[in-house]
Amino acid sequence: MQEECLLKLRGIGKRFPGVRALHNVDFTLRKGEIHALMGENGAGKSTLIKILTGVYQMDEGSVEVDGKAVNIHSPQDAQNNGISTVYQEITLCPNLTVAENMFIGREGGAWVNQKEYRKRADEQLQNLNIPARSSQQLGSCSLAVQQMVAIARAVDMQCKVLILDEPTSSLDDKEVNMLFSLMRDLKKKGVGIIFVTHFLEQVYEVSDRITVLRNGQLVGEYPTSELPQVQLVAKMMGKTLDELSALEDTGSRVEATGEVFYKAEGLSSEETNPFDFSIRKGEVNGLTGLLGSGRSESVRAIFGADKVTAGKVNINGKEAKISKPIDAMKNGIGYLAEDRKRDGIIADLSVRENIILALQVMNGFFKPISRSESEAFADEYIKALKIKTASTETPVGSLSGGNQQKVILARWLLTHPDYLILDEPTRGIDVGTKLEIQKLVLQLAKDGVSVTFISSEVEEMLRTCSRLIVMRDRHIVGELKGNDLNQAQVMKTIAGGEAE
Amino acid sequence: MKDKTVNLKGGLGQLTIPIIAVALLVIFNLIRDPGFFSISITHNNYGNAVLAGNLISIINGASELAILAIGMTLVTAATKGQDISVGAAAAIAGSVFVKVLKSGAEISGGTVILAFICSCCVAMIFGAFNGTLVAVFNIQPMIATLILYTCGRSIAYWINGGATPTVTSPIINAIGSFAPGIPIPMPVIIVIIVTILFKLLFHFTSLELLTQSVGINQSAARLNGINTTFIKLLSFILLGVCVSVAGIIGVSRLGLINHETLLLDVEMDAILAVAIGGNSLGGGKFKISGSIIGAYVIQMLTITLYAMKVSSTDVKAYKAIVIVLLVVIGSPVVKERFAKLMKQRKKLAKGGEAA
Amino acid sequence: MKRFSKVLSLIMALVMTLSLAACGGDNGGSNNGGNTTDAGNSSSGGTITVGVVNNPPSESGYREANVKDMEAVFSKENGYELKAFYSLKNDEQLQAAQGFITEGVDYLLISAAETTGWDEVLTKAKEAGIKVYLFDRMIDVDESLYEAAVVSDMAKEGETAVNWLLAQNLPEYNVIHIQGAMGSDAQIGRTGALDEQFASGKMKKVVQQTATWDEAEAKKIVESVINSGESFNVIYAENDGMAKGAVAALDEAGITHGTSGDVIVMGFDCNKWALRELLAGAWNYDGQCSPFQAKIISDYIKSGSTPSSKKIINEEKGFDAKELTQADIDTYGLGE
Repeated sequence: MQEECLLKLRGIGKRFPGVRALHNVDFTLRKGEIHALMGENGAGKSTLIKILTGVYQMDEGSVEVDGKAVNIHSPQDAQNNGISTVYQEITLCPNLTVAENMFIGREGGAWVNQKEYRKRADEQLQNLNIPARSSQQLGSCSLAVQQMVAIARAVDMQCKVLILDEPTSSLDDKEVNMLFSLMRDLKKKGVGIIFVTHFLEQVYEVSDRITVLRNGQLVGEYPTSELPQVQLVAKMMGKTLDELSALEDTGSRVEATGEVFYKAEGLSSEETNPFDFSIRKGEVNGLTGLLGSGRSESVRAIFGADKVTAGKVNINGKEAKISKPIDAMKNGIGYLAEDRKRDGIIADLSVRENIILALQVMNGFFKPISRSESEAFADEYIKALKIKTASTETPVGSLSGGNQQKVILARWLLTHPDYLILDEPTRGIDVGTKLEIQKLVLQLAKDGVSVTFISSEVEEMLRTCSRLIVMRDRHIVGELKGNDLNQAQVMKTIAGGEAE
Repeated sequence: MKDKTVNLKGGLGQLTIPIIAVALLVIFNLIRDPGFFSISITHNNYGNAVLAGNLISIINGASELAILAIGMTLVTAATKGQDISVGAAAAIAGSVFVKVLKSGAEISGGTVILAFICSCCVAMIFGAFNGTLVAVFNIQPMIATLILYTCGRSIAYWINGGATPTVTSPIINAIGSFAPGIPIPMPVIIVIIVTILFKLLFHFTSLELLTQSVGINQSAARLNGINTTFIKLLSFILLGVCVSVAGIIGVSRLGLINHETLLLDVEMDAILAVAIGGNSLGGGKFKISGSIIGAYVIQMLTITLYAMKVSSTDVKAYKAIVIVLLVVIGSPVVKERFAKLMKQRKKLAKGGEAA
Repeated sequence: MKRFSKVLSLIMALVMTLSLAACGGDNGGSNNGGNTTDAGNSSSGGTITVGVVNNPPSESGYREANVKDMEAVFSKENGYELKAFYSLKNDEQLQAAQGFITEGVDYLLISAAETTGWDEVLTKAKEAGIKVYLFDRMIDVDESLYEAAVVSDMAKEGETAVNWLLAQNLPEYNVIHIQGAMGSDAQIGRTGALDEQFASGKMKKVVQQTATWDEAEAKKIVESVINSGESFNVIYAENDGMAKGAVAALDEAGITHGTSGDVIVMGFDCNKWALRELLAGAWNYDGQCSPFQAKIISDYIKSGSTPSSKKIINEEKGFDAKELTQADIDTYGLGE
């Protein structure tokens, strides 16, 4: 193994208003190495990468490239130091040719000597075994090839450090293999690659070394061969295996025995693989798995939020067709979306308007809820959920995250759903509110409401769910109930077969 | 009711800027000419006692603009963009109106209603065309409506074939000017009717809440079961109704349709009225009352400049200056700075007291 | 991004097709089915073949009347065979003229879209012995290349109107002057004579504003004068539409106008509907930039004489409400 250091980050720190995004993080990249950067959401991966590429300025720490200290103040600086990034979203121009894309914006532009550039582009493409011609329009290539062209551009710019940020998320298996062989080629040529992904198996397939971040801090750097998958998961989640086993099974979760309320067979949307799923009346079940495992996409398919492509759905024993959210709502399903800002709150509208929104939509266009009625509803739920707001007319955007979440909960509770889907209802909110929400979920279940609960905090799910469905890489890989409901077992199932 | 008290506490909220603008213009005019706003009663050439004066001219002259501003507000709120084809579409609607009127031998109340319905339908169809491009095909509203903006007046030309067909009838004159026995200009009454109809629409449907939700956060609106396509399409169709009414007022004022000049450049004024009214051009929350006041601000400005005998070629430039000022003052950046300044001053004052 | 740009290009294509369709529509019927239309079908010895290159009738009410006049004068009954071509584009006009020369017309009548580029074609016409008359618009070529140009003098049009106004012998002239789009030929011509009167002090300028041919704007201008309380007794509007707008303001304010009213109303263009207002006594005067050049040209052709001057100024009509007859409306009125 070559031990020549290509990139050395020491004691990196970065603050945003009110948040410490990175604290004292070290990272080392060697020549000819594929180094996976791992961590759950909010771990600090993207902040670190943005510091490396000059998008953010670090507050403390040092960066060395090839043993020389450098300052990276802009993306241009990063390029000059041989650091290139290929993002998940292609940032090239689809309506220019491959050659133009490889040379645009560099050394006086691509227009100086078209012929020479084309020749050089073809050589580079051949060199890297990329199936594209320099004269081809970039838009006519597959996404994978476009990505590879972006990489070729980086290589042609003599990049020493190549950052691949979620490069495989929109590729199919064959394309992933193509990309991996290109990565291995580059590795042989001495390029250091930082590989960011949330597909665990890909990490094990291609990377030499893994650095794990959690909560903006370094957990550790490990050779891939020495870190079993289950260990990796534990480190990402911040638990040691022993700790996991030691945790006692808390609470007494009785398996629900009521009638099946919702049942799906072979359900799939544009974002999921076909899956089976069911929930009983009064049951709380959970969907777990790492970010990107497909848990959110699955519930979106249940609610009709994404385009449903196949599957049979039964509600209360009767066949139902759910192709858009309103269908689900009319069947008594409510859905609190994962991204509160993007899919939840209507920020400029008042607390009152946000609370009545779903009910209003269900009531229909010609039956508006009167002002006094809506105020009564708002007051009721502000009291019941202890929402901290100046008045019913305060714009919901000005509330704290936890209170915003309660407003959205109130919105769905007001529709008196039979089945409530909560995707990450406790993310980014304070501990007190978290507990309130968990209690609420259990209370709802007692009242006969079915609840599907998704959380990246396993403890929370263990406290509330009587059945856990585990997903990995967009497939359901296990179902845990009864005595299997403990941290260690969950971790093992999330990580997959080769545990221990 | 609660809303109002809250609003009063925090100033007039969204309506602050347009009301200040109106106040400034009123004060300016009163200083310039104390009799500027005096209203007199005269007898017009058809023997009716009617109100006259600059104030009447302002309120009357802004009618088409006010009606268009109402529809434009809805489109802006729902689609985060503006319809720049309203002037051209009004020329089409007006041409259809004249065409239907001229196809009959005599113009009676019935033919006028028929002509109105036809014109309204045509305008709604063109509105639906724009709306489909925006709501279904997700095209930027300004770009989608560029099509009708470009070809609308040609279509209006085809409808009547001639350059400036005229219609003469007491009914048409009553619509565009004064009806016998009513001293208030008919266009003003039409504005009031349209406003009331929209208020009723907001009262008896959930349109307002749904439109605002779609405009503020489309993704969340969709996940709450709102048919976002329908809401956007509907906003364009409602604007179509406004376009037709505005076009008919424009035609009736003179009993003539000039497809090239009818409501020329009105789209920019309508968009400005929406902006002056404190509505965000980026969609979301809206107040149609703001836009209507905005329309009157623009008209008051025009009439003031005319009264000052500013050459009408220069009027546009002066208007631009005032409007830039209004829009900049109303921008979030300035509001924020202003709020900060006030805070600092309060702090200083408190500090002074303590000392 | 990719999708967006595709959609964008689609729209641009659509817009262009639509606007092309619109243009095509404007020329409607004039140049479809080949570039020329044969008005007469026999080209036997007795008839004189005339090739006319003109702008399309949809250009304006003026052009519509102009085209109709040409068709009426150069008819089969009058012993002509008329070949006409209409386009707003100079190069298309040039091609058509070339075509007429090749076909061997006897006379070539041209109202050009642009003043330049005609040297070659007119030289060829001269070589082929074809006599060329220009009408309505001048061309930048040597005078020897054409027989004569029958054109309007916009300034004279304004003079005719102002002279008529002076002849009314009012004790004082307080004029509201509503101008067309600033800088257009018609505006400059119609404004000039009146400006002279303002300068000499013979007439008082109450207000001089442009309404850019917009009727509604004209109404607002007059309204603001009425509201200001200033007195006036003449409205000089540079086209009929704006005069109508001005009259609407007078009607609302209860100010009488026309032959037996307080305010003299003057318009231009002589639309039929405007002349009917004159006939009813609601307006006083309507001036016209004459679109009728065919008769003058025909007279020269028939008599075989050569015009004494290269530039023949078409006599401008101006109608006084007191002298106007229904026959005048039928003959000289534009539109319907």
